[in-house]
Amino acid sequence: MIVTTASSAEYPTRRDFLFVATGCAAAVGGAATLWPFVSQMNPDASTIAAGAPIEVDLTPIAQGQDIKVFWRGKPIYIMNRTKKQIEEARSVPVSSLPDPQPDQARVKEGHDQWLVVIGICTHLGCIPIAHEGNYDGFFCPCHGSQYDSSGRIRQGPAPANLEVPPYQFVSDSKIQIG
Amino acid sequence: MSGPSDYQPSHPALKWIERRLPIMGLVHSSFVAYPTPRNLNYWWTFGAILSMMLAVQVLTGVVLAMHYTPHADMAFKSVESIVRDVNYGWLLRNMHASGASMFFLAVYIHMFRGLYYGSFKEPREILWILGVIIYLLMMATGFMGYALPWGQMSFWGATVITNLFSAIPYFGESIVTLLWGGYSVGNPTLSRFFSLHYLLPFVIAGVVVLHVWALHVAGQNNPAGVEPKTEKDTVAFTPYATIKDLFGTCCFLILFAWFIFYMPNYLMEADNYIPANPGVTPPHIVPEWYYLPFYAMLRSIPNKLAGVVVMFSSILILAFLPWLDTAKTKSSKYRPLAKQFFWMFVVVGVLLGYLGAQPPEGIYVIAGRILTLCYFAYFLIVLPLLSRIEKPRPIPNSIADDVLAKTGSKATPMVSTVIALVVAGALFAGSAQNARAEEQEAPPS
Repeated sequence: MIVTTASSAEYPTRRDFLFVATGCAAAVGGAATLWPFVSQMNPDASTIAAGAPIEVDLTPIAQGQDIKVFWRGKPIYIMNRTKKQIEEARSVPVSSLPDPQPDQARVKEGHDQWLVVIGICTHLGCIPIAHEGNYDGFFCPCHGSQYDSSGRIRQGPAPANLEVPPYQFVSDSKIQIG
Repeated sequence: MSGPSDYQPSHPALKWIERRLPIMGLVHSSFVAYPTPRNLNYWWTFGAILSMMLAVQVLTGVVLAMHYTPHADMAFKSVESIVRDVNYGWLLRNMHASGASMFFLAVYIHMFRGLYYGSFKEPREILWILGVIIYLLMMATGFMGYALPWGQMSFWGATVITNLFSAIPYFGESIVTLLWGGYSVGNPTLSRFFSLHYLLPFVIAGVVVLHVWALHVAGQNNPAGVEPKTEKDTVAFTPYATIKDLFGTCCFLILFAWFIFYMPNYLMEADNYIPANPGVTPPHIVPEWYYLPFYAMLRSIPNKLAGVVVMFSSILILAFLPWLDTAKTKSSKYRPLAKQFFWMFVVVGVLLGYLGAQPPEGIYVIAGRILTLCYFAYFLIVLPLLSRIEKPRPIPNSIADDVLAKTGSKATPMVSTVIALVVAGALFAGSAQNARAEEQEAPPS
């Protein structure tokens, strides 16, 4: 009553070819139709444009001060570290750190006093408070993670150091983040 | 769907599921083994096309709702940002807007098929009435959807249509205030339109389930209007109807794609690209093309309340069709008089649609009144009269006899060919236009 396939034929028939070809065309067409529905959830052009690199002027930040800027919706600490802070950060044996990383790897060469880190605690995402805690760095009030003056985790539940965003020095007094 | 199915899957895991929720058996008996008249023509593929269009509208709509802001201050801008910024936003918006027009085109063809072949007659009366309910829900959904971009036509179309309810004596004004959520169409109106526009398609889906259920109880009608008598009259739904529906859907999609990619704004009103301005009414308020016939009828009646009653009656009268056309012969193929009046009715419908877009002046008003009379005369006078006085041609003994008859009617393929050529010609003409203003026209001051 229903469809007769080529099960009894020696070779694949024209009908078999047509079935397979139609199926392939349908699969390609289906994928092509599905893609825009998935892709539309990615950031749109205005969001990408709003996430373009920003320039920050460093001249208003005196030694020992820090500011917070936003880039791509994330808070970024820009800290003008004192000599004492830099020395404290560099005198720690790197291997003793929970997330070993030398201070020199977290700042730009020739601009050692400038620390630029994303202010999101690597534990569960709160914003740590600057110039707090036992290491003259950052203290996260949510669960007590403590970071040092290089933004590295020293004690508490956070697993990793504060992330350093992509940035470069446009001039001695200006950086571009992103 | 009458009684438990005797379908049994072979795989033990599937057998386990089937015993607890016999969904495979249900799908099998409804869409695989389901006996389908073997003489169905392509006018019968529009049910599947409509199901697909509902799915397309829901999918594109849900995705558009991820980027749309239903607030009067931000709605227009959010639609523009969808078209310009969102990845493939232009495509999704065009699909949804053109999709609404294609949805209504398909539903009108589907309804006219029902009219011509008597698919509303006994025992399919409830099937037909469910269809009328779906049509009403579609009109409500389309109306609210059109308000969402919050352009000039969105705002003023919403104002005009919600104001219709003020024609109701005594309660009218308070009903309108209730609908508006304020003293005029505004932000509360937009928010509730968005919520209901999201809801109604799922209500439509529910009624469609009832519609298909009612269909499967009675079985499909067919071009001969003769019910299946033996197994020779039917074939299994899969693969015959499945593939035919698929092919019909593909042809429909070609037409759909033509609008999406080459003529997306052909069916749109230019005024809707102006943000809504409550202080300025556009010179010509026009609804979308699929409402035009009813709009024409509304404007034909000089009395406010009578006009509203006539407009709603013109849709509701469809529900009474099984009791207005009581001729025993189902298919107009064998009813020469009914066939002629049917095509006259189609012309009346198209002309009413044309009139709905014209300014209500002079000859257009007179023509509108005459054609409104013709519209109602068809249902209230012509059809009941024909049921009594028409002598139909003899119907075939069975579907199998009809299919196997040597002399086939050449007329129907001719009609379909002519329609297809006219549509193709119109599409080429329409896509040859561009958006540039005329050379001689001075810019608006």
